Amino acid sequence: MAQDEHTIVKEGVEKETVDAVKSLGDKYKYGWETDIEMDYAPKGLTEDIVRLISQKNEEPEWMTEWRLNAYRRWLQMEEPDWAMVDYPEIDFQDQYYYARPKSMETKPKSLDEVDPKLLATYEKLGIPLKEQMILAGVEGAGEVPADGDNSDRKVAVDAVFDSVSVGTTFQKELKEAGVIFCSISEAIREHPELVKKYLGSVVPPTDNFYATLNSAVFSDGSFVYIPPGVRCPMELSTYFRINAENTGQFERTLIIADREAYVSYLEGCTAPQRDIAQLHAAVVEIVILDDAEVKYSTVQNWYPGDENGKGGIYNFVTKRADCRGDRSKVMWTQVETGSAVTWKYPSCVLRGDESQGEFYSIAITNNMQQADTGTKMTHLGKNTRSRIVSKGISAGRSNNTYRGLVSMHPKATNSRNYTQCDSLLIGDQCGAHTVPYIEVKNQSSRVEHEATTSKVDDDQMFYCRQRGMDEEEAVALIVNGFAKEVLQALPMEFAMEAQQLVAISLEGSVG
Amino acid sequence: MLKIDNLHVKLEEEDKQILKGVTLEVPAGEVHAIMGPNGSGKSTLSYVLSGRDGYEVTEGSAMLGDIDLLELEPEERAAAGMFLAFQYPVEIPGVGNMTFLRTAVNAQRKARGQEEMSAADFLKFVRAKAKDLKIDADMLKRPVNVGFSGGEKKRNEILQMAMLEPKMCILDETDSGLDVDAMKLVSDGVNALRDENRGFLVITHYQRLLDHIVPDVVHIMAGGRIVKSGGPELALEVEKNGYADLMETA
Repeated sequence: MAQDEHTIVKEGVEKETVDAVKSLGDKYKYGWETDIEMDYAPKGLTEDIVRLISQKNEEPEWMTEWRLNAYRRWLQMEEPDWAMVDYPEIDFQDQYYYARPKSMETKPKSLDEVDPKLLATYEKLGIPLKEQMILAGVEGAGEVPADGDNSDRKVAVDAVFDSVSVGTTFQKELKEAGVIFCSISEAIREHPELVKKYLGSVVPPTDNFYATLNSAVFSDGSFVYIPPGVRCPMELSTYFRINAENTGQFERTLIIADREAYVSYLEGCTAPQRDIAQLHAAVVEIVILDDAEVKYSTVQNWYPGDENGKGGIYNFVTKRADCRGDRSKVMWTQVETGSAVTWKYPSCVLRGDESQGEFYSIAITNNMQQADTGTKMTHLGKNTRSRIVSKGISAGRSNNTYRGLVSMHPKATNSRNYTQCDSLLIGDQCGAHTVPYIEVKNQSSRVEHEATTSKVDDDQMFYCRQRGMDEEEAVALIVNGFAKEVLQALPMEFAMEAQQLVAISLEGSVG
Repeated sequence: MLKIDNLHVKLEEEDKQILKGVTLEVPAGEVHAIMGPNGSGKSTLSYVLSGRDGYEVTEGSAMLGDIDLLELEPEERAAAGMFLAFQYPVEIPGVGNMTFLRTAVNAQRKARGQEEMSAADFLKFVRAKAKDLKIDADMLKRPVNVGFSGGEKKRNEILQMAMLEPKMCILDETDSGLDVDAMKLVSDGVNALRDENRGFLVITHYQRLLDHIVPDVVHIMAGGRIVKSGGPELALEVEKNGYADLMETA
């Protein structure tokens, strides 16, 4: 609801609100950048650039070929336009596809060898890369407030700075448990048999425009393998930071939970505040075998652009979990507060019999942000279950769309889906849209869909304010109440951060 | 304590005068009742004093001690000690009653430059207050006013009042929708809060509430003005004869 001086302020919108919204541009907490010498590949995308990325990562020939095939395919594809998002045409030749801090040219052997500037960046973001700090209780894959639960839970972190992984913590302890947690470039070199077997098996290189682009140019990301019967001894997390200007970030994450394995994985992201929009096209693939379970939580806080929609991250992400084994289970939880444009549908392929997929989402848009997000539940196996809980919150002049597909295939007999899709509007210039697609191709399955739309109403606001809360506290309280079911699905480390993030993203949204 | 002088208020959206010169003073330690027929401006007065949007003060003033209420945002008035028990308490889905109370208490403490109350202290505090009002632990955990019965909602308002310890309490038709037992509970809650430093303005249609919360002064409001003031006997008179006679004198 930002307005310039010449705009007529709508009735009922107070002057203070307008001023508060105007100052919103300064509120993105992670908008600073690190001044660090970078090594760029030349701008634009050609076969040579793809080869260069592959070479920089010291990849074997098969990987280079894999990328080139994706690149050739991508050239024939067209950018999808079915989502309810509107943005200026992206010039894919005007981007850098590879950026790496100079100091990372020779791979540091351990965290001690990492450029202190990089470590300082993560420290400033509240991401602990020094294991001793974590052990000393300065822990948390985010910011656990001082009065939070100080249990000695550990979180292993893989930190990705622009195109490369800076370092991964707790490697040794994880290795003892048999868990492989490293950057994907390292996995390609060290564990080619696993990568060859699973990479692209969930999201094939030909999947969609952005996923194919990612397959050609992905520079780094995280790799996780949990061997049979192992319960990962700690939470794993990857922290993505875009720093360089005009640089796309294309990370690739591959998680494999072998039979009866369990892992909880967290992903966080931020970027500096810039006037020019930046592209982020990630792919996350998860393979889950018999009786295994994966929880994947994202708190996405990319820079959303300013109040007039200038700058911000264009987030085109393909995330998919393949419940390949019987009785396998996946749970996606996402809190989406950032990005100028979000195009993201974390999906579940329920292939194994009795497999289960869950999707919990909070998507908040403010100012000029646009989000088109949701999930796909593809039921292939018998007795499969899925559950979708989506909470969309729109404020300012933003647009928020839930788009979800529930598909029951002929063999997915006796399967169930439950979808609950709630939208909350703040102010009168934003939009909320719900686009469910439902396909049922057998007689015994059941699909339920519930949807509501509500407004933060003046009565609720006045009630809270009469009790002493200011406008922002009141909105945060009401919205956190609205999104409670999803917040509860997050690991404790993330839940606190997410609650605060909800408050921050909606600052100045009342009117 | 509360001093309202010649208050004129119109609706913001349309040219309709609601209050046409209300003058009223509630000294600390006193309970004043306002009675009057529908549409006389009673609820408007409570909203204007607590700062709800939609009203425009065209003349007059309202002071709480030496604080000019009309200059302040609703939350600033609350922190200054103004409390309104709502006629229709608002539901806030998903927000636990306890969370709501704690956020409110701490917001006011913060605004007054006091330290926030710790979780443990707060819990002790709320349990003690809830017990007096026969509010059980379950009701504290449930979302604010969601699925509460009429009586529960009003008891919850009094609980908030007890927790926030305001200087000036306005009760807007707190008796509406209450059965006899609930009315007694609520009245006992209010009476327990009466003390020499606190003022009350009790808005009601009916005399029966004033049997339980005995006022020092009764004001009759009609046509946007106070038309008559007197002792508790005035309420009985209204109960017997209705407002018609009084309105003629207005």
